Amino acid sequence: MNETLKKYFRMNRLPHIWCPGCGNGIVVGALVRAIDKLGLNPDKTSIISGIGCSSRSSGYLNFDTVHTAHGRALTFATGLKLARPDLNVIVLTGDGDATAIGGNHFIHAARRNIDLTTIVFNNNIYGMTGGQYSPLTPTHSKATTSPYGHIENPFDITELAKASGASYVARGTTYHTLELINLIADAISHKGFSVVEAITACPISFGRQNKLGNAPAMMKWQKENTISVKAASKLPAEQLAGKVVIGELYRRQAPEYTAEYQKVIDRVTGGNGQ
Amino acid sequence: MREILLSGSGGQGMILAGIILAEAALREGKEVVQTQSYGPEARGGASKAEVIIANKKISFPHIEKPDVVLAMTEEAFNKYTKCLKENAAVIVDSTYVKNPTLTRGDLHEVPITALAEKEVGSPLFSNIVALGVLIGVTNIVKESTIKEAVLARVPKGTEERNLKALELGFIAGKNIL
Amino acid sequence: MSQTMLVQGNHACALGALAAGVRFFAGYPITPSTEIAEILAKELPKVGGKFIQMEDEIASMGAICGASLGGFKAITATSGPGFSLMQELIGYASLAEIPLVIVNVQRGGPSTGQPTSPSQSDVMQARWGSHGDRGVIALVPSSVQESYQLMIDAVNLAERFRTPVIFLMDEVVGHMREKLVIPKTTPTIINRRKPEPGELPYAPGPDGVPALPPFGEGYHFHVTGLIHDETGFPTGSPEVTEKTIKRLHQKLENNMDEILRYDELHSADAEYLIISYGCSARSAEEAVRMAREKGIKAGLLRLISIWPFPSDLIEEKCARVKKVFVAEMNYGQVTGEVTKVLGRSKVQPVLRVDTQMITPRQILEAITREGN
Repeated sequence: MNETLKKYFRMNRLPHIWCPGCGNGIVVGALVRAIDKLGLNPDKTSIISGIGCSSRSSGYLNFDTVHTAHGRALTFATGLKLARPDLNVIVLTGDGDATAIGGNHFIHAARRNIDLTTIVFNNNIYGMTGGQYSPLTPTHSKATTSPYGHIENPFDITELAKASGASYVARGTTYHTLELINLIADAISHKGFSVVEAITACPISFGRQNKLGNAPAMMKWQKENTISVKAASKLPAEQLAGKVVIGELYRRQAPEYTAEYQKVIDRVTGGNGQ
Repeated sequence: MREILLSGSGGQGMILAGIILAEAALREGKEVVQTQSYGPEARGGASKAEVIIANKKISFPHIEKPDVVLAMTEEAFNKYTKCLKENAAVIVDSTYVKNPTLTRGDLHEVPITALAEKEVGSPLFSNIVALGVLIGVTNIVKESTIKEAVLARVPKGTEERNLKALELGFIAGKNIL
Repeated sequence: MSQTMLVQGNHACALGALAAGVRFFAGYPITPSTEIAEILAKELPKVGGKFIQMEDEIASMGAICGASLGGFKAITATSGPGFSLMQELIGYASLAEIPLVIVNVQRGGPSTGQPTSPSQSDVMQARWGSHGDRGVIALVPSSVQESYQLMIDAVNLAERFRTPVIFLMDEVVGHMREKLVIPKTTPTIINRRKPEPGELPYAPGPDGVPALPPFGEGYHFHVTGLIHDETGFPTGSPEVTEKTIKRLHQKLENNMDEILRYDELHSADAEYLIISYGCSARSAEEAVRMAREKGIKAGLLRLISIWPFPSDLIEEKCARVKKVFVAEMNYGQVTGEVTKVLGRSKVQPVLRVDTQMITPRQILEAITREGN
């Protein structure tokens, strides 16, 4: 590991529990590089995660960290951020954690536009429990709970975030690592609720059931099936079918929840609030 | 110990009247407990506030047999005058309660809502008129104390009309004795 | 100067929380607890505190866990259905040892039940509602004044023992208006202990309670709902698991002198002792007076701290009485606990599950029947 990045890890908690070929480590690597790039004070940065493979990352990171309950990371993060707006609060969550059991919290955190950075590790499957379908499992895919092919429709996390009120929305992949670092850095810098969907391969619990090949093959899929926002904007809709658009998808300036609450305090205390 | 039951339909201000009465009793250094009926029955249907006033600690907070019943509607009158203490005072708003009969207790009929409308200009003051009648009839607290309690509770700008409503009630209450 | 006012129990509870130093509330509206949220929504920003209405009771629990880790004294308030939803993270807070107070203004259940009517049927849920073994503190006020004073104790005990405390009110106490006297003296406030240099975040002190640093001060510690060792990191060790589970019980059981709270009326010479709590204890108190007027030697033991269950106290107070009556508004939740201590032959339940308050007469009749 790069020596300058070691300080962001609890080295005695490594190696991690992830399977060979798992993309989670790349996303966590992109996160610490983004934190390093921004020069965030580690004492003033908290990492909050839910339950699932990707949510184990909070334990490896050398900050104040909370490994919460399944789906609940955003609720803890909301309470912490509202109580302590001075902290940078970053939420690490998986596709099942964020959009199934935590789906209601996800849309409401977005609606409040509270200044949290949420990175959704999207591996299209429940990995920790061994490959059951999630709200991001593509239709017709195999999962241990859809042995005859999945008949439900998946969410588009970025559209869900945008429609719910998030003010920064981006999508990246573990193949496009440098861009992922920049997207996460922009998400952290953005004042408001920001979401980065990080597409990450699960070769063991998703790839194997769906004959997607090994880890490099799944990375190659990310390379070949994605298109940048800029390139996509020049193509007609029919040529975008089946393509996954990556990059910064949406950004707006909007009143942020904790700042608005501070205004309430200032108003009722005549400016004498803490 | 005095047990007072104020009843009517939702929106007639019986709960507020109960709170004001309880606050007045507290101002006079008495022990007091106020409870009320809640929920769907409090909106539109029968509404009830209970006030217990005593010189020593009140344990059970509900009324078993009232000393005083204020009934602003016929429904309330029929429901809450079945189980009265021996010499209970029953005050009815004769605007709405027609030909009331009691098997025990003393009946006091006052056109409370009509008075509020005619003399104060709005039926919204009927609960304060009623409170005045109740004090006029029973003297449970001093007139001056209930005045203070009313002024402490009512919205700014309505003080004068509320005091007028109260005075009307005092007079009506004393006259029918 | 002390301040005297006529307020509801819910109002007194909110004022007690503020007096105890609570500066964060997250909750979801539910009858009959909503007044607590409404009052704190208004009052918290005035003192620089924070209020948030969350999307449900699960989220409310998550938010107060987060705020408490941020160093704030944080509470929520709810009733039956919301209390059920909160159980998941009440268990989390027990294991992660996050100080919190959860107010439950009990109403009739199960399910949506009788939303506007009183009940005392969440006593067992307060104890065992969350999965897994852990100790819990639950306090039960009987009056408006006590809703204020005891709420201060609840917040203090949560901080003192790094544990969620259940403040178990009921609809009668929550909604009744009574005199509240706010004393002029500042109440005793307990704040969580910060760790000494080098002290691990989950290493218990001699009293079984670990110190808790706030987030944002450079401690860089880890909080998890997995069984963890003294460092706070997960472990699969059976030895650590056993030690942790036992400590979550014993840090409370071994400090009962700080937790135990009760009240008595004529218990010294009582032949018939009523055990009751919350609104039912008010009827029991009146029943004792009525019995004494008839020359029956009745007494009352009012439980104020109900969990951990005061078994030793009950054994001692009931040693010389002929019969014990447990008056409660449920199907016999505390009756069962008292029976565990005293045996079935000595215990007579006086129960009510129609959401009407137990009356003094009902209790008196039970005693009179026994006396004849």
